[in-house]
Amino acid sequence: MMGSDEEEDDERRLYTSTDMMDSLTLDSKPHPFLPTNSDYRNAMSGGANFFFSSALQESHPLAAKLADADQFGFQESSAQSSGSLQEDLLLEPPSYADAIFSRDLSHSMTAVFSQTDSFSNVLTITVTDPQKIPESGASLAAGVASSYVTYLINTHTNIASYQGSDFSVRRRFRDVVTLADRLAQSFRGFFVPPRPDKNTMESQVMQKDEFIENRRAALEKYFSRLAAHPVLRRSDELRLFLQAEGKLPLAPTIDMASRMLDGAANLPRQLFGEGSTILAPHEAAQPTKGGRDLVRLFKELKQSVTNDWGSTRPAIIEEDRVFLKKKEKLQDLEHHLSDASQQAEVLVKAQQEVGEVMGELGLAFIKVAKFEMEAGFTPVHAADAKCVATGAVKASRFYRECTAQCVQHLDTLHEYLALMQGLHTAFADRSNALLTVQTLMSDVATNNMRIEKLEAASNKFFGGNSTHNRKVSELKEAVKVTEEARDLAQKEYNCIKEHNRAELERFEEERLRDFTNMLQGFAHTQVGYAEKICNVWTEVAKDAMSYSGRFAEAVSSVL
Amino acid sequence: MEPFLLQRSAGGGPPLSPSMAGAGAGQSFLSISVTDPVKLGSGVQAYISYRVSTKTNMQEYRGPEKIVIRRFSDFVWLHERLAERNKGIVIPPLPEKSAVEKFRFSAEFIEVRRRALDVFMNRIATHPQLHMSEDLKNFLQADEEAMERARSAEGSVFKKKPSDFMQMFKDVQMKVSDAVLGKDKPVEETDPEYEKLKHYVVDLEDHLAEAQRQSMKLVKRQRELGQVLSDFGKSVKLLGNCEGGSLGKAFADLGGCADQLSFKLQNKGLDLLLIFEEPLKEYVRTVQAIKVVMADRAQAYRQHRELTESSKLKELNLEKLKLLRPDKAGEVEAEVTEIKAQSDEAKLRYEEIVRLMEKEMVQFQEAKTRDLGLVLHDFACAQAQLASDTADAWRTLLPYLDNPHLGESTVPESG
Repeated sequence: MMGSDEEEDDERRLYTSTDMMDSLTLDSKPHPFLPTNSDYRNAMSGGANFFFSSALQESHPLAAKLADADQFGFQESSAQSSGSLQEDLLLEPPSYADAIFSRDLSHSMTAVFSQTDSFSNVLTITVTDPQKIPESGASLAAGVASSYVTYLINTHTNIASYQGSDFSVRRRFRDVVTLADRLAQSFRGFFVPPRPDKNTMESQVMQKDEFIENRRAALEKYFSRLAAHPVLRRSDELRLFLQAEGKLPLAPTIDMASRMLDGAANLPRQLFGEGSTILAPHEAAQPTKGGRDLVRLFKELKQSVTNDWGSTRPAIIEEDRVFLKKKEKLQDLEHHLSDASQQAEVLVKAQQEVGEVMGELGLAFIKVAKFEMEAGFTPVHAADAKCVATGAVKASRFYRECTAQCVQHLDTLHEYLALMQGLHTAFADRSNALLTVQTLMSDVATNNMRIEKLEAASNKFFGGNSTHNRKVSELKEAVKVTEEARDLAQKEYNCIKEHNRAELERFEEERLRDFTNMLQGFAHTQVGYAEKICNVWTEVAKDAMSYSGRFAEAVSSVL
Repeated sequence: MEPFLLQRSAGGGPPLSPSMAGAGAGQSFLSISVTDPVKLGSGVQAYISYRVSTKTNMQEYRGPEKIVIRRFSDFVWLHERLAERNKGIVIPPLPEKSAVEKFRFSAEFIEVRRRALDVFMNRIATHPQLHMSEDLKNFLQADEEAMERARSAEGSVFKKKPSDFMQMFKDVQMKVSDAVLGKDKPVEETDPEYEKLKHYVVDLEDHLAEAQRQSMKLVKRQRELGQVLSDFGKSVKLLGNCEGGSLGKAFADLGGCADQLSFKLQNKGLDLLLIFEEPLKEYVRTVQAIKVVMADRAQAYRQHRELTESSKLKELNLEKLKLLRPDKAGEVEAEVTEIKAQSDEAKLRYEEIVRLMEKEMVQFQEAKTRDLGLVLHDFACAQAQLASDTADAWRTLLPYLDNPHLGESTVPESG
């Protein structure tokens, strides 16, 4: 298995020189394969970086692994990586097992972060080059950041609606919030991936490099998810964001507070009957989430309370039972997914730690070997120690590679957990739309009742009452508008329901496919690396204690 | 793998083949095993007793076979007697006292200690000189009461509590290190070869200790991985139940696999401890025992030199006295003769230690190569087996997972 004849020559020359020892020697400088920083989180985010930036590259699996082995969480040793790779006596030629890995990795890559849709349209987005821009007219008030960060958003695409194939724009996080809000508004009922958190922290922390790097990585992930969504990737909002130079030409959605104020300004007029209480139908059909109309807000609140108490159940709710069951099942899924995701992290970390200590063990035995070689009392023992040390270092490397790949596979669990946030929003959209419909329906009902009362009352008067008549015709007018609004709202609700259904179907399909790939990849990775590690140790067992034939026999009979 | 290892570990002795018992003593045969630990007493007074079985053809022994019950402090007694009467010989080390763990008496701790005591006895039994020790004979044959009397009857030196013993031990360690570090006592050997050897021994202890520390960490972490796999398996199974269908089965299989593997890994944990970590520990202690011999040698040398000096001085004085006060010469002459005798004795003692030590070092290095070679080999085999088991376990999933239809949904696609 260790095809290189160099290895055998090394062993033979061992007894006469310490040169071979030196080539393996690690002394005090940290070995590129044995970083001192053991934060497995780095491995995860580092792995993700490798993933995104080379999403569609065709690279030899082993070369990729070696070149990026240092990226898998070993940031501080990157300076030493190139040098050590040359001297690497531990390198093995690619094996059949490697071929399997490359197939699996690319498999899961296109599956999970599928940046091509069924028509092979590419949309690849990367986020790079964070820069601090000082705020103009910076206020010296405490807590106000004197600068903000912009990121370079690079797009590579062949989708026709984009003018051009490669372009970049600079955006700040605030712009991303705007984009996310607009998408949420325009695509109600869709599983819209959640954007990275706002993280309102002290301005000092937000300036730190680590925070900026984390945010950059999170943004890149966010855009990949958007690009993977068959509907969102073609949205105008995204296109404008990615392509429009200069200031983001998307009107930001006004925050809640200003809306409340706007709403409050209208309130007195509505209450005292002045001004039009009649909203245009299309406005009425839109969600009150924006808070523009306080009266409507209160009405819908009243309606939802009525619904909760279950006094009158409009026919619409019947159907929801089926939906509610599905929702429950998905909540169940989310709960278990969360558990599994956590356990996966713990597992990966434990594996990483085994790899680390294996490396340190190898180091310790290298020192023993060197020491004994120099002392000269027990050259055979020195050879045994070196043999085991070499094996331990090799095994250590395999443990870490295995862990890095497992991280990527199991990341699917985390991904879906994040995507399920989008589910919540989509279902909330549906509930809100239903609420709107119900509110408008009861509005109509209420007004019709009033009309009846007024008409009944005016019949007592001979010839009618002019005030009443005016009132009635006003009300009839309002009812007509509200009915139109109700119909629109009903359409909107049905639309959202359909989006829900389609997205749910897509979610089920993709989840099935991605999880299957994940399991496949994970199993193959574990098997492949366990085999490699087994081979390493089998060789060591053969070489060590080679003077005793009895033990060599025992080894072969066991394995 | 397992049968092979167990054969050596089940009280069969240290990583020396049984045929080596009594190798240095011609035809004589002495085989000792320490087995069957039993917890006796209760509370703070609780202790473990061990069965010590002897098989021999040596005439000095009362019979070919004998079984006695001994406790840890009996072994300590034996160790001290041997150390006292065999200067220059590296006395095999005892396992650690561990005052704290003793109270917990976990099954693992007991097994580890039993094995270490077994190794201890076998090293003595196979030592060309030590196996003939009178103290050993008593230890192996005396009844429990006689043993208890012996233990407490000895002079103050032997009434020391375990903690005192440890302190003495530490003092010796420090003395040797001091010597090496140059905080010299006035009288030291100047042999450059020996100097090198001293440095070698001190450094060897450090290197072996480091290797042992890492081995301990490895055993611990591999066990932890086993535990974690179990939790992972459980959560994945639950997820599978939730998913249902073919995917659910895939998850369930994965979970079951992880569970099984976890069980295997945790079982292997103790084995690894016993075949890898413990032997390394024993060798660290052996190197410490060499340091004791070095301290004894240093002391013997000092005594020899001091007595030589003082003997010479006394002789000179005697000569002077003979000239000035011939009447007093008689007394002093006797003194001088005595001192001269002592000086000669000290010289012999020192030279004996040097002679023995040389042989011991050769033995030690040979044994180290042999024993650690086996240890390293067994370690490699154990790791290979572990990896092989891991591969086998995960491999069972592949046929089902590799099925190309697995990832396809069974729901008919809407056009």
